[in-house]
Amino acid sequence: MRASLILLCDTLSVVALLTATGCLKEKGERDRPPQAAVSSAAASASGLPTIAAAATSSDDGQWLMPQKDYANSRYSSLAEITPENAKNLKLAFTFSTGVLRGHEAPPLVVNNTMYIVTPFPNYLYALDLTKPGAPLKWKYDPRADQSSQGVACCDVVNRGAVYSDGKIIYNTLDGHTVAVDANDGHEVWNTRVANINLGESVTMAPLVAKGKVFVGNSGGEFGVRGWLTALDASNGKVAWRAYSTGPDSEVLIGPRFKPFYSQDQGKDLGMKSWPGDAWRTGGGTVWGWLAYDPSLDLIYYGTGNPGPWNPEQRPGDNKFTSGIFARDPDDGQAVWYYQWSYHDMFDYDGINEQLLLDMPMGGQSRKVLVRAERNGYVYVIDRATGEVLSATPFGYINTSTGVDLKTGRLMYVADKAPKMGEVVRDVCPSSPGMKDWQPTAYSPRTGLLYIPHQNLCMDHESVEASYIAGTPYVGMISKFRPGPGGNRGVFQAWDLVNRKEKWSIKENFPVWSGTLATAGDVVFYGTMDGWFKAVNARDGTLLWQFKAGSGIIGQPITYRGPDGKQYVAIEAGVGGWSGAIVAGDIDPRDSTAALGFVNVMKDLPQASTKGGMLYVFSL
Amino acid sequence: MSSRSDRPLGVGTERAILALPLVALLVAAGWGHGGTRELHAAPAPVIGGVAPAADLDVLRWAITARPGTRLLRVCADPNNLPFTNRAGEGFENRLAELVAKEMNATLQYTWWAQRRGFIRNTLKAETCDVVMGVPTSFELAATTKPYYRSSYVFVTRADAPFRVASFDDPVLRRLRIGVQIIGDDYANAPPAHALTNRGIVGNVRGYTVYGDYSQPNPPARVVDAVAKGDIDVAIVWGPLGGYFAKHEPVPLRVVPVSPQIELPYLPFVFDISMGVRRTDPGLRDTLDMILARRRAGVDSILDAFGVPRVDRPAPAGVS
Repeated sequence: MRASLILLCDTLSVVALLTATGCLKEKGERDRPPQAAVSSAAASASGLPTIAAAATSSDDGQWLMPQKDYANSRYSSLAEITPENAKNLKLAFTFSTGVLRGHEAPPLVVNNTMYIVTPFPNYLYALDLTKPGAPLKWKYDPRADQSSQGVACCDVVNRGAVYSDGKIIYNTLDGHTVAVDANDGHEVWNTRVANINLGESVTMAPLVAKGKVFVGNSGGEFGVRGWLTALDASNGKVAWRAYSTGPDSEVLIGPRFKPFYSQDQGKDLGMKSWPGDAWRTGGGTVWGWLAYDPSLDLIYYGTGNPGPWNPEQRPGDNKFTSGIFARDPDDGQAVWYYQWSYHDMFDYDGINEQLLLDMPMGGQSRKVLVRAERNGYVYVIDRATGEVLSATPFGYINTSTGVDLKTGRLMYVADKAPKMGEVVRDVCPSSPGMKDWQPTAYSPRTGLLYIPHQNLCMDHESVEASYIAGTPYVGMISKFRPGPGGNRGVFQAWDLVNRKEKWSIKENFPVWSGTLATAGDVVFYGTMDGWFKAVNARDGTLLWQFKAGSGIIGQPITYRGPDGKQYVAIEAGVGGWSGAIVAGDIDPRDSTAALGFVNVMKDLPQASTKGGMLYVFSL
Repeated sequence: MSSRSDRPLGVGTERAILALPLVALLVAAGWGHGGTRELHAAPAPVIGGVAPAADLDVLRWAITARPGTRLLRVCADPNNLPFTNRAGEGFENRLAELVAKEMNATLQYTWWAQRRGFIRNTLKAETCDVVMGVPTSFELAATTKPYYRSSYVFVTRADAPFRVASFDDPVLRRLRIGVQIIGDDYANAPPAHALTNRGIVGNVRGYTVYGDYSQPNPPARVVDAVAKGDIDVAIVWGPLGGYFAKHEPVPLRVVPVSPQIELPYLPFVFDISMGVRRTDPGLRDTLDMILARRRAGVDSILDAFGVPRVDRPAPAGVS
């Protein structure tokens, strides 16, 4: 029954493209709504993976970090909203951020206060949830440098703040990390971590663990060298910095470094896997998500693509770009590393989020890390050792044929490698990958990973003369196109145990928003044409939707309000790399703009205008 | 290109009129410093140390113009000699002055670092109307007839014990070579590709064309490196090499690269034009007329800045 419905949905994709409403499933057999949150232990008894116990905590109904917990689950145990009553969701209050660029951040909820960080100029708002309409308590303005806007590659986004020990901590586009008193909005400390004059900016949400704030840089397009920096959470002083390229002493590789695969073992690979000193401008920026496992005492994060040379100009694996590090949070020493896409040729940044789960495998529980990666595979990795346990395609891939589990190597398809002066068509997935930064969510009740992603391919072509900083050149450009089926986005439920899709919803535009899973068996996501949707976690049935004023690329959250009710919050405000055509007022005729993304988003300006707005809903 | 403008713009006259009430307001508010001061800088976000105060942004539309005069609004980088800088010391500054004079127009700049988004944030945002230098086949603008053709050049110390004039010169395999790198979206400077095509990779050092914007003229670092002896040869766009070769503390030698075009399609020689919005063909025609009429004046400016040209036999010649 389910399979036939999916098939039907596939055949309807052309219609879905035309109607821009996506292919919505017919209602399947409903599961009983839960009456209360089910503990991880109970879920485990059902044979489903659980959220790593040490990396999550009993849910108090607040939302303290963008990922919800150290495990990056984006799962809440709140269960008041169910498939039965979701249709009764109503607007509770709204708030305009006054900013027009892409809103990628989630709100935070702490002590009956909601905190919102905006795109550049990176305002921080505090809203009082105890009063009707949640009025503004205060606003903090970091006075970020105007010129940083010229450095951001792909809209001037911010991916969120984090609460820690009475402070709201976040990064500004112009390269500062700031800590603001959560009560009164005064600045506690402000540390410049990145240099915009060198093309560095910061867009990522920091992680706070063991008294340290972990921050990474953006700017691979400018020949930046990537790094992760740890700051003392109490005063903002830099504790250590680990580069993604260069000598072991600067990558913080020492005796504890035990990568699982031989290709990652050796001295100074961060230099030797590059020609000459290309590692100095080699990229590997750190603009995505971190996770922390207190039981193993390791932080995990991905590194961005190598650059700025074309692939044929940087022969070698180009370590330690497009991979993942496990490090000791105290001193930054690397413990293991694995490279998703060695010698990346497709701009597959390896910065996506990783979920820390405990997964039954072969009769025992394995501590794993699950990653829906840019290159198109859902990886399951032993998070203690870095061994790849499985890597399964979650969409159409023709740039590689798989991952060799013996060597850990991605098996590239040589024909799809871009070459200067040659036209290479039909490269799938395109540069933003099967999934970009937009975070997944995992429900231990369903065993499903909810993956918001895109379905795009690209063509590489030469272009006429371009010009930058007084220098003419002939470039190669990528033009993105819809992938097989014609729908540019997918919201997918992935069965982790059986390593296959359970159900999916085709969306007209790339699904560039994050995802929220709840113990009520309702999952939430948004679309770039402005629909905020609640679907049944078990079968993908659309339960409720709301049309926001602008497209949604933010991250939904849920919390328990002062009145004891469950609320769901999302920021609308289209933009980001995918939505730059609207947020940046780009001419649709400029098909190479936004690194090729504009070509496939020419109809977005008809579907959404810009404007940052918070929407909060309850029953 | 045919005009499909929904807002056809002349040469800034409408803007000048629009600007007047704002100027009056600002003067009334005490900003005017006597009210008659003429600004030649339109505040706009730029990178780093030369950034203007953000609160001046509101003044973008308030740059004064004497009633009845035309405005020549030029989009330019405030920190990129030999092309332009805020002090007006570049050859494109001089060309802008020449054109403004011919048009009997007041010259006004919108400053923006010439990086990705430059055209979008200046010319397309209609905060200015002309870019003084773009490749003639530039996709993002309507371009005038070319007013010079230059080439990528080899820059070496004059006292270097070797000569290099071709990418096929075997000496390149043992020299330390500096080239500029542009981005990771398959958009690197032609010399980088030429070297890669010959397997010359390991002895090549990349200097980001963006450089450190808190320093003067960031793209010039690769030429500085030749003078300092950090590298043996830089392969850069002619105007950059020609100008800094004259301004480094040691004598440098500048030689156009060979071949001029590498097959299948890798040109090292580019025609350069002025660029306007495609919806502004009137301004382009005006500029074309001026470039033709003031050919000798344009050439003498290019000569003065040491711009190597491959479209004319001798620097002082007249076409």
